[in-house]
Amino acid sequence: MTALALPKGMRAPGLLAVIAIMVVGFAAASRDFATPGNVLNIVMQSSTLLLVALPMTFVILTEGLDLSVGAVVSLCSVALAEVALATGSLAMTFAAGMLVGALAGMLNGALIAYLRIPPFVATLGTLGAAQSLALILTGGQSVTGLPSNLLFIYGGSILGVPAPILIIVAAYAIMHVLLYLTPFGSYVFALGGNREALTLAGISWRRMLMAVYVLGGAWVGVAALVLASRLSAGHPTAAIGMEFDAIAAVALGGTSFERGDGWLFGTLLGVAAIGILRNGLNLMAVPSSVQVCCVGILVILAFALEALRARDS
Amino acid sequence: MIRVPGIGRVPPEATRVAMRLAAVLILGIVLTALSSVFLRAANLMNVLRQAALLFFMSSGLTLVVLTAGLDLSIGATVALAACVAGTIVKGSDSVWLGAATALGIGAGVGLLNGMMVSLLRIPSFIATYGMLWVLQGLAYTYMAGTTVYGFPSALRRLGNGYLLGVPIPVIVMTGLLAVGTGFAQRTVWGQQIAMIGANPVAARLSGVPIKRRLILVYVLSGLAAGFAALVYLARLNSAEADIGSSLTLPAIAAVLIGGASLFGGVGTLAGTFIGALILTLVLNGMNLLHVDGNWQPLVTGVIIVAAVWLDLRGQATGR
Repeated sequence: MTALALPKGMRAPGLLAVIAIMVVGFAAASRDFATPGNVLNIVMQSSTLLLVALPMTFVILTEGLDLSVGAVVSLCSVALAEVALATGSLAMTFAAGMLVGALAGMLNGALIAYLRIPPFVATLGTLGAAQSLALILTGGQSVTGLPSNLLFIYGGSILGVPAPILIIVAAYAIMHVLLYLTPFGSYVFALGGNREALTLAGISWRRMLMAVYVLGGAWVGVAALVLASRLSAGHPTAAIGMEFDAIAAVALGGTSFERGDGWLFGTLLGVAAIGILRNGLNLMAVPSSVQVCCVGILVILAFALEALRARDS
Repeated sequence: MIRVPGIGRVPPEATRVAMRLAAVLILGIVLTALSSVFLRAANLMNVLRQAALLFFMSSGLTLVVLTAGLDLSIGATVALAACVAGTIVKGSDSVWLGAATALGIGAGVGLLNGMMVSLLRIPSFIATYGMLWVLQGLAYTYMAGTTVYGFPSALRRLGNGYLLGVPIPVIVMTGLLAVGTGFAQRTVWGQQIAMIGANPVAARLSGVPIKRRLILVYVLSGLAAGFAALVYLARLNSAEADIGSSLTLPAIAAVLIGGASLFGGVGTLAGTFIGALILTLVLNGMNLLHVDGNWQPLVTGVIIVAAVWLDLRGQATGR
C-alpha cells in the first residue's frame, strides 16, 4: 500500500490540491469569501456533517459502511424534538437523541457482528427502519415550536465562541484520543486490518465492532441535536442522503475502504472541502441544481487526481 | 449456476432459486387469503407490470454486482433520460428519436462510469455516486422545476399496451430475461464478467480483458436504465427531475433479494427477477391491505436483510 509509505501530511494530496484551487478560485470570484465572518459560516454549516463523518471514519476503518446515518439523524431529530416539547429539559433532549442513535447503532452492530450480514446490507435495512419510524412518529410533518434552550445549541455562544464550534472541537478531540491514544483505537484499526490478531489477543472482535457502531450511533444523535437546533425543528426527512456526504468526506480524506487504513484528520479536510464548495457556490449565486452537480464533480475529481498520483508512483 | 473457482461455498443455485420461488408462493397464498382483490387478473397483471419496470433497472445492475461493483447512478440516469427523451418525444412526436435519446444517454453515462471504474480505478461506489449528483443536477437544470406529460399513444403502448392479452412490458421483460440469462451464463463474455468479481487475480492471469469487460458492464447498466426510463414515461405518462431518487434503492433491493452477492461472482438475472417480483408483491399486498405507505421503507429493509441472512445461513450450514 503506497499510502502507508507516504508521510502523514501527504495522505490526500489530491484533496489538498482541490481545496487550494477552490480557495483561490472562490476568493478571486467573490469578495465575501475570504472574510472571517464567512470562514466562521463554513465551519458552522459543516458542523453536522463533521459530527457524522468522524464516526463514519471509524466504521470505514473496520471495513464497514453505514448507510443508515441520514435516516437515523432524521429519526433522532424528530425523537429529540418530541422529547424537548414534552419535557423542556435540554438534558433529557440530549439523552433522547443519543439513546435513539445508539439503539440504531446497536441494531447495525448486531446485524453485522452477530448475524454476519454485510455492512452495506445491514445498514440499508436500518435505513429503511429508521425512515419508516421517523415518518410514522410524525405523520410526515415537522416537529416545530422547540424550546429556546435547544436553539442555543446552534445559535448560542460561550465566552464569545459559538456553541457548535465548541461541540465539534470537543468531538474531534475525543475521537482523536479514542483512535490514536487508547487501546480501543488500535482495535478499530485491527478490525479492518487484522481481525485475527484481535482474536489471538483474546479480544472479542464482535464486541468491538458492536462498540464502533454504537459509538457511531451516539454521535449521530449529537449531530441530530445540532441539526434540529439549526432548523428549529425536527424533520422526518431532513437528513436523507447525509450518509453519502459523510462517506464522500471520509473517502476524500484518504481513508481506504479496505485493510483498516485511514486518517482522521483527512476526514476533517474532506468535510472542509465539501463545506467550502457549497459555501463558495452559494456566494457566487450558483443555482442549487448546479451546486448538486459540483459536489459530484468534486468527489470524482479528487479521486481521479488520487488515481493519477497512484499510477505515477 | 455460475461455476467459478473460489465460489464453492455458496449453496447451489437451484436451492437458492427454490427458496425464493417458495417465498413467492407463500406470499401469493397469504395475499389471496387476506385480500379478495389480489388474485384478480387485473391486479396480477399490474404486479407483473410493476415488477417489469423494476427488473429493467436491476437487470443491468445485476451484471455490475457480479463484478463486485455497484451502480448508484441508475435512478438519476432514469430521471435524466426520461426528462430529456420525454421533451424530445413531445417536441418531435417521434417515439424512435425519444427512444434513441434515452438509450444514448444511458449508454453515455454507463461509458463514463465504466471508464472511471476501470481506467481511473475509482471505487465504483464512489464514481457512480458522484455521477448520481452530476446527473441529478443536470436533470434539475434541464427541467427547471417543470413536468413533461402527455405522450403519443405509440409510446404509451410500451407501458400499457397488450399483445395477445399479455402486457407488452411483461413480454419485453421475458425476452430480456432470456437473452440476459443466455449472455451471462452461456457466453464467454458473461463468464468473464462473473470471474472478474469472483476472483480478479485469476481473471487477470487467465487473460480476461478486465477493463473492456468492466466498461461493457457499466454501459449495459446504463442502457438498462435508459430503457427503464422509456417504460417509465410510457407507464406514468409524465416525468419530472426528481423521479430518480426513489428508484435506486428498490433496484438494489431486488438484486440483493434475488441472491446476488455484493462481493461479486454470485448472482443471476433469474434470481433478480424473482427478487423484483417478491418486492413488488409485498408492496402490492401492503397497498391492497391499506397499510400506511410510511411502513414501506421498513418492510423493504427487513426483506433485504432477511434474504441476505438466509443465504448466508445456508452457506454456513453447507449444502
